[in-house]
Amino acid sequence: MSISVIIKIIVTVLILTGTVLSILSAYGILRLPDVYTRTHAATKSTTLGVLCTLLGTFLYFWYTQGMVSIRLILGIFFVFITAPVAGHLICRAAYRSGVKLAPESIQDDLKELVDQEQNEKRKSDGQNN
Amino acid sequence: MFEGILLICLFFLSVSILVGLYRVIKGPSMPDRVMALDTIGINIIAGVAIFSILLNTQDYFDIILLIGILSFIGTISFSKFIERGYIIEYKRDY
Repeated sequence: MSISVIIKIIVTVLILTGTVLSILSAYGILRLPDVYTRTHAATKSTTLGVLCTLLGTFLYFWYTQGMVSIRLILGIFFVFITAPVAGHLICRAAYRSGVKLAPESIQDDLKELVDQEQNEKRKSDGQNN
Repeated sequence: MFEGILLICLFFLSVSILVGLYRVIKGPSMPDRVMALDTIGINIIAGVAIFSILLNTQDYFDIILLIGILSFIGTISFSKFIERGYIIEYKRDY
Protein backbone atom coordinates (compact mmCIF):
# COMPACT_ATOMS: atom_id res chain seq x y z
CA MET A 1 0.00 0.00 0.00
CA SER A 2 1.47 3.31 -1.00
CA ILE A 3 1.67 6.31 1.29
CA SER A 4 -0.96 8.24 -0.63
CA VAL A 5 -3.57 5.52 -0.11
CA ILE A 6 -2.79 5.43 3.63
CA ILE A 7 -3.17 9.22 3.90
CA LYS A 8 -6.45 9.07 2.03
CA ILE A 9 -7.76 6.33 4.31
CA ILE A 10 -6.81 8.32 7.42
CA VAL A 11 -8.48 11.47 6.04
CA THR A 12 -11.62 9.53 5.10
CA VAL A 13 -11.89 7.93 8.54
CA LEU A 14 -11.45 11.31 10.27
CA ILE A 15 -14.06 13.06 8.16
CA LEU A 16 -16.53 10.19 8.41
CA THR A 17 -16.09 10.13 12.21
CA GLY A 18 -16.74 13.86 12.33
CA THR A 19 -19.94 13.68 10.33
CA VAL A 20 -21.21 10.67 12.25
CA LEU A 21 -20.65 12.56 15.52
CA SER A 22 -22.48 15.54 14.05
CA ILE A 23 -25.47 13.44 13.08
CA LEU A 24 -25.49 11.80 16.53
CA SER A 25 -25.70 15.24 18.06
CA ALA A 26 -28.57 16.04 15.68
CA TYR A 27 -30.36 12.93 16.97
CA GLY A 28 -29.78 14.18 20.51
CA ILE A 29 -31.16 17.61 19.63
CA LEU A 30 -34.23 15.92 18.19
CA ARG A 31 -34.96 13.50 21.02
CA LEU A 32 -33.82 14.89 24.37
CA PRO A 33 -36.54 16.40 26.57
CA ASP A 34 -34.95 19.57 27.94
CA VAL A 35 -33.03 22.66 26.81
CA TYR A 36 -30.12 21.76 29.13
CA THR A 37 -29.77 18.18 27.92
CA ARG A 38 -30.14 19.36 24.33
CA THR A 39 -27.33 21.87 24.83
CA HIS A 40 -25.26 19.07 26.37
CA ALA A 41 -25.76 16.96 23.23
CA ALA A 42 -25.28 19.83 20.80
CA THR A 43 -22.14 21.40 22.26
CA LYS A 44 -19.93 18.43 23.05
CA SER A 45 -20.40 16.07 20.14
CA THR A 46 -20.71 18.76 17.48
CA THR A 47 -17.46 20.32 18.66
CA LEU A 48 -15.62 17.01 18.51
CA GLY A 49 -17.15 16.29 15.10
CA VAL A 50 -16.08 19.58 13.55
CA LEU A 51 -12.60 19.17 15.10
CA CYS A 52 -12.26 15.74 13.45
CA THR A 53 -13.45 17.12 10.10
CA LEU A 54 -11.08 20.09 10.17
CA LEU A 55 -8.20 17.86 11.23
CA GLY A 56 -8.88 15.58 8.25
CA THR A 57 -8.96 18.59 5.93
CA PHE A 58 -5.68 19.84 7.42
CA LEU A 59 -3.96 16.47 6.88
CA TYR A 60 -5.28 16.25 3.30
CA PHE A 61 -3.96 19.65 2.29
CA TRP A 62 -0.72 19.08 4.17
CA TYR A 63 -0.10 15.95 2.11
CA THR A 64 -1.41 16.94 -1.32
CA GLN A 65 -0.18 20.53 -1.54
CA GLY A 66 2.70 20.31 0.92
CA MET A 67 1.59 23.37 2.82
CA VAL A 68 0.74 23.78 6.50
CA SER A 69 -2.30 26.02 6.57
CA ILE A 70 -2.12 28.40 9.53
CA ARG A 71 -5.69 29.56 8.92
CA LEU A 72 -7.01 26.05 9.40
CA ILE A 73 -5.04 25.61 12.64
CA LEU A 74 -6.47 28.91 13.85
CA GLY A 75 -9.97 27.74 12.91
CA ILE A 76 -9.53 24.48 14.86
CA PHE A 77 -8.18 26.37 17.88
CA PHE A 78 -10.95 28.97 17.76
CA VAL A 79 -13.79 26.45 17.49
CA PHE A 80 -12.23 24.40 20.29
CA ILE A 81 -12.07 27.47 22.55
CA THR A 82 -15.40 29.12 21.78
CA ALA A 83 -17.98 26.35 21.33
CA PRO A 84 -18.10 25.23 25.01
CA VAL A 85 -18.21 28.86 26.14
CA ALA A 86 -21.19 29.48 23.87
CA GLY A 87 -22.95 26.41 25.28
CA HIS A 88 -22.32 27.58 28.84
CA LEU A 89 -23.69 31.05 28.09
CA ILE A 90 -26.85 29.64 26.49
CA CYS A 91 -27.48 27.35 29.47
CA ARG A 92 -26.91 30.21 31.91
CA ALA A 93 -29.29 32.49 30.01
CA ALA A 94 -31.89 29.72 29.89
CA TYR A 95 -31.71 29.12 33.64
CA ARG A 96 -31.74 32.80 34.58
CA SER A 97 -34.69 33.51 32.26
CA GLY A 98 -36.68 30.78 33.96
CA VAL A 99 -36.83 27.86 31.53
CA LYS A 100 -38.12 24.81 33.40
CA LEU A 101 -36.16 21.59 33.73
CA ALA A 102 -37.56 18.36 32.31
CA PRO A 103 -40.22 16.73 34.53
CA GLU A 104 -38.00 13.65 34.92
CA SER A 105 -35.28 15.57 36.75
CA ILE A 106 -35.13 15.01 40.51
CA GLN A 107 -32.71 17.55 41.96
CA ASP A 108 -31.99 21.24 41.32
CA ASP A 109 -29.05 22.51 43.35
CA LEU A 110 -28.72 25.86 41.59
CA LYS A 111 -32.25 27.01 42.49
CA GLU A 112 -31.46 28.04 46.10
CA LEU A 113 -28.44 30.07 45.06
CA VAL A 114 -30.25 31.90 42.28
CA ASP A 115 -33.25 32.63 44.54
CA GLN A 116 -30.95 33.97 47.26
CA GLU A 117 -29.09 36.16 44.78
CA GLN A 118 -32.33 37.58 43.37
CA ASN A 119 -33.67 38.31 46.87
CA GLU A 120 -30.50 40.24 47.77
CA LYS A 121 -30.69 42.16 44.53
CA ARG A 122 -34.32 43.08 45.18
CA LYS A 123 -33.44 44.19 48.73
CA SER A 124 -30.59 46.43 47.58
CA ASP A 125 -32.80 47.91 44.87
CA GLY A 126 -35.41 48.71 47.53
CA GLN A 127 -32.79 50.48 49.66
CA ASN A 128 -31.62 52.58 46.74
CA ASN A 129 -35.10 53.69 45.95
CA MET B 1 -14.49 6.19 -3.80
CA PHE B 2 -12.95 9.08 -1.85
CA GLU B 3 -15.24 11.68 -3.40
CA GLY B 4 -18.24 9.41 -2.94
CA ILE B 5 -17.55 9.16 0.80
CA LEU B 6 -17.17 12.95 0.93
CA LEU B 7 -20.55 13.36 -0.76
CA ILE B 8 -22.11 10.98 1.76
CA CYS B 9 -20.58 13.12 4.54
CA LEU B 10 -22.14 16.23 2.98
CA PHE B 11 -25.50 14.43 2.97
CA PHE B 12 -25.13 13.61 6.67
CA LEU B 13 -24.25 17.23 7.42
CA SER B 14 -27.27 18.52 5.54
CA VAL B 15 -29.53 16.12 7.45
CA SER B 16 -28.12 17.45 10.70
CA ILE B 17 -28.63 21.06 9.52
CA LEU B 18 -32.26 20.17 8.73
CA VAL B 19 -32.70 18.81 12.26
CA GLY B 20 -31.31 22.09 13.58
CA LEU B 21 -33.82 23.99 11.44
CA TYR B 22 -36.62 21.87 12.90
CA ARG B 23 -35.45 22.84 16.39
CA VAL B 24 -35.24 26.51 15.36
CA ILE B 25 -38.82 26.47 14.12
CA LYS B 26 -40.44 24.32 16.80
CA GLY B 27 -38.22 24.87 19.85
CA PRO B 28 -40.35 25.67 22.88
CA SER B 29 -38.10 28.35 24.35
CA MET B 30 -35.82 31.06 23.02
CA PRO B 31 -32.48 29.52 24.20
CA ASP B 32 -33.40 26.38 22.22
CA ARG B 33 -33.47 28.41 19.04
CA VAL B 34 -30.17 30.12 19.79
CA MET B 35 -28.53 26.76 20.56
CA ALA B 36 -29.85 25.26 17.32
CA LEU B 37 -28.54 28.25 15.32
CA ASP B 38 -25.11 27.80 16.91
CA THR B 39 -25.14 24.11 15.95
CA ILE B 40 -26.12 25.02 12.37
CA GLY B 41 -23.15 27.41 12.18
CA ILE B 42 -20.73 24.73 13.34
CA ASN B 43 -22.15 22.21 10.84
CA ILE B 44 -21.73 24.80 8.08
CA ILE B 45 -18.05 25.11 9.07
CA ALA B 46 -17.61 21.35 8.59
CA GLY B 47 -19.47 21.54 5.27
CA VAL B 48 -17.19 24.29 3.97
CA ALA B 49 -14.14 22.20 4.94
CA ILE B 50 -15.46 19.19 2.98
CA PHE B 51 -16.29 21.43 0.01
CA SER B 52 -12.76 22.78 -0.02
CA ILE B 53 -11.45 19.21 -0.26
CA LEU B 54 -13.92 18.40 -3.06
CA LEU B 55 -12.99 21.51 -5.07
CA ASN B 56 -9.29 21.11 -4.14
CA THR B 57 -8.73 24.73 -3.21
CA GLN B 58 -7.45 26.56 -0.15
CA ASP B 59 -9.40 29.76 -0.69
CA TYR B 60 -12.26 28.85 1.61
CA PHE B 61 -10.32 28.57 4.87
CA ASP B 62 -10.91 32.27 5.56
CA ILE B 63 -14.63 31.53 5.45
CA ILE B 64 -14.18 28.82 8.11
CA LEU B 65 -12.56 31.32 10.49
CA LEU B 66 -15.13 33.98 9.65
CA ILE B 67 -18.16 31.75 10.26
CA GLY B 68 -16.67 30.59 13.55
CA ILE B 69 -16.14 34.13 14.82
CA LEU B 70 -19.53 35.39 13.62
CA SER B 71 -21.39 32.44 15.12
CA PHE B 72 -19.68 32.93 18.49
CA ILE B 73 -20.42 36.67 18.58
CA GLY B 74 -24.06 36.12 17.62
CA THR B 75 -24.52 33.45 20.26
CA ILE B 76 -23.02 35.48 23.10
CA SER B 77 -24.99 38.60 22.19
CA PHE B 78 -28.26 36.65 21.97
CA SER B 79 -27.66 34.96 25.32
CA LYS B 80 -26.83 38.27 26.97
CA PHE B 81 -30.01 39.75 25.53
CA ILE B 82 -32.07 36.82 26.82
CA GLU B 83 -30.51 36.99 30.27
CA ARG B 84 -30.53 40.74 30.94
CA GLY B 85 -32.65 42.47 28.31
CA TYR B 86 -29.87 44.59 26.86
CA ILE B 87 -26.70 43.87 24.91
CA ILE B 88 -24.45 46.91 25.38
CA GLU B 89 -24.38 48.34 28.88
CA TYR B 90 -24.59 52.08 29.46
CA LYS B 91 -23.35 53.15 32.88
CA ARG B 92 -25.27 56.09 34.21
CA ASP B 93 -24.75 56.06 37.97
CA TYR B 94 -21.23 56.74 39.12
